[in-house]
Amino acid sequence: MTFHVVAQVALSGLLMGLIYALVAAGLSLIFGLMDVVNFAHGELLMVAMFATFVIFQATGLDPLLQLPLVAILLFGLGVAIYRGLIARALSVQFNRGMVQIFVTFGLAIFLRGAVQFVFGGDFRSISGSLLGDRTLHLFGLFVPLPQMAAGIASLIAFAGLLLISRTEFGKALEATREDRDAVALIGIDRNKIFALGWGLGAATVGVAGALLAGFYYISPNVGANFALIAYVTVALGGFGSLLGALVAGLLIGLVEAMTALFLEPSLKQVGVYAVYLLVLMLRPRGLFGTI
Amino acid sequence: MELTAPVSLRLGHSATIRRRQHALILGAVLIVALGLLPLPIHDVYTQNLIILTLLFAGLAQAWNILGGYCGQISLGHALYFGIGGYVSTLLYLRLGIPPTLGMFVGGAFGAMAALLVGWPCFRLSGHYYAIATVVIGEIGYLLFLNWDFVGGANGLYIPFKGESLIALQFRTSKLPFHYAALIYAAACWFIAWVVEGSRYGFAWRAVKDDVVAARSLAVRIFPSKMLAAALSGLLTGIGGAIYAQYVGYLDPESMMSGTLSILIALPAVLGGVGTLWGPLLGAAVLTPVSELLRSYLGGSGRGVDLMFYGALIMAVSLARPAGLVSLFVWPGQAKLRRRRGDAA
Repeated sequence: MTFHVVAQVALSGLLMGLIYALVAAGLSLIFGLMDVVNFAHGELLMVAMFATFVIFQATGLDPLLQLPLVAILLFGLGVAIYRGLIARALSVQFNRGMVQIFVTFGLAIFLRGAVQFVFGGDFRSISGSLLGDRTLHLFGLFVPLPQMAAGIASLIAFAGLLLISRTEFGKALEATREDRDAVALIGIDRNKIFALGWGLGAATVGVAGALLAGFYYISPNVGANFALIAYVTVALGGFGSLLGALVAGLLIGLVEAMTALFLEPSLKQVGVYAVYLLVLMLRPRGLFGTI
Repeated sequence: MELTAPVSLRLGHSATIRRRQHALILGAVLIVALGLLPLPIHDVYTQNLIILTLLFAGLAQAWNILGGYCGQISLGHALYFGIGGYVSTLLYLRLGIPPTLGMFVGGAFGAMAALLVGWPCFRLSGHYYAIATVVIGEIGYLLFLNWDFVGGANGLYIPFKGESLIALQFRTSKLPFHYAALIYAAACWFIAWVVEGSRYGFAWRAVKDDVVAARSLAVRIFPSKMLAAALSGLLTGIGGAIYAQYVGYLDPESMMSGTLSILIALPAVLGGVGTLWGPLLGAAVLTPVSELLRSYLGGSGRGVDLMFYGALIMAVSLARPAGLVSLFVWPGQAKLRRRRGDAA
């Protein structure tokens, strides 16, 4: 096995890791804000991928150019989910933790069923997009263009999230996270912040979905695997930490690719989970976790 | 503070004892009724439905011991279920040890697995614990999928060697399996009844409600959780062994998948966590509903059954956060609540 092969595999692992990181960032945002783990997160990704597919079929608009559109769509869906379900789940007096888990889990099943109802269970993919199957030859490595564009876009999205956290709204998010009752005293509407937080988290995963749709298969069940990796990424990086999600996402992409290369492709996720458990034993709140 | 104190703690001591006696009487009546239930039913579909309902009532009760009473939300119980089923089946296939014995060995392995999972994971709190259990369950699933000794993705067939009580093999009638499932569900229920009134039951509920307060009352947190995990894993493993024997075929998808972990927890959560009747009630509603949805709406492969099922889960958990069991009120309890002006 030459250095070249290892470098090639590491590169594709890192590029995938950037997508994992972005999916995880949306999950982490929602969790950090209101202590709710969204078990329908993978399904939001799946919905975003189907939205990209439909728009591409209807208008021929390239997945990369659709990013803002899908982000806005998912933002709306996120706000609607908060208003319709999560706000109710948060107001429950008894058994709140479990109600949240199972409400979002019910939503996941519902979304899977709804998408299957409309599109059927077949695998689909987008072909003939701008970057398509093109590759770039760089320092003797083959870089698939859609993946690279997705990686760069993911980094830009992270920068965007970082910028948002510096704004007035970002500070309101942070304050609400610190003490959801005290913020009312300084005129912050908690409900509004939570709804916007859900919108932002869903928009983030929407961007990831639109990017992923450019080079990955699309099916009603595609979310499940990404969701599990997102939970692991978030728990590994630390709930609520943006930097943690990025570092953990890259680490997971790398470990996954290396396990597939050196051990056995069908066990690639076992490598990821093993690293996660190991880190969790040493740092129960993840690498960068504070809460 | 959340209103998580169990009813028995809010009632007086004698009322608690009376309530527990009533529960025992009701349980006995139910067992007799469920024992007579299949006699007039000759439709195989309905028989299967009842057997699955009973199995899931037992499994959900097993989950309830750790997830409900002790408050540790495990989303990886399929691991113990699968281990129980595989151990019992492999003992039978490779060594000829009958499943009536093997299922207890399988249960013991399930308990050991639960202890092994609990040892590192009980240090984690809240969502970190739940996610760790999902991940460990998934690791087990992937390992079994790639492990040739246990049949890998192809799974294992249990060959039929003739009707036998000791090997738990019956072809001519589903009735014996009905009684096996009934005994299993009743045993899980009775064990939950016993531990609910024991000092461990009180310790678990204390751990669930407030770890710090529990520790200040000299409850040993970690051993309490480990005991709950072992008991829960044991019962889940036995359930897995019975299920494998009933179906006659096992593969990682049907025995260890993450979906199965949720299916084990769901009846307890929707029926009423940390209650004696919740898991049974949840299973009695969920299992038939999901099976009927699948057979009447799922055939098209269009996902309509999933939409209904998902909507049902959302509706029940939002409308009855304390579970379906909160629809029923014990006679004595209603009076007490009125007197205290209890809003719950």
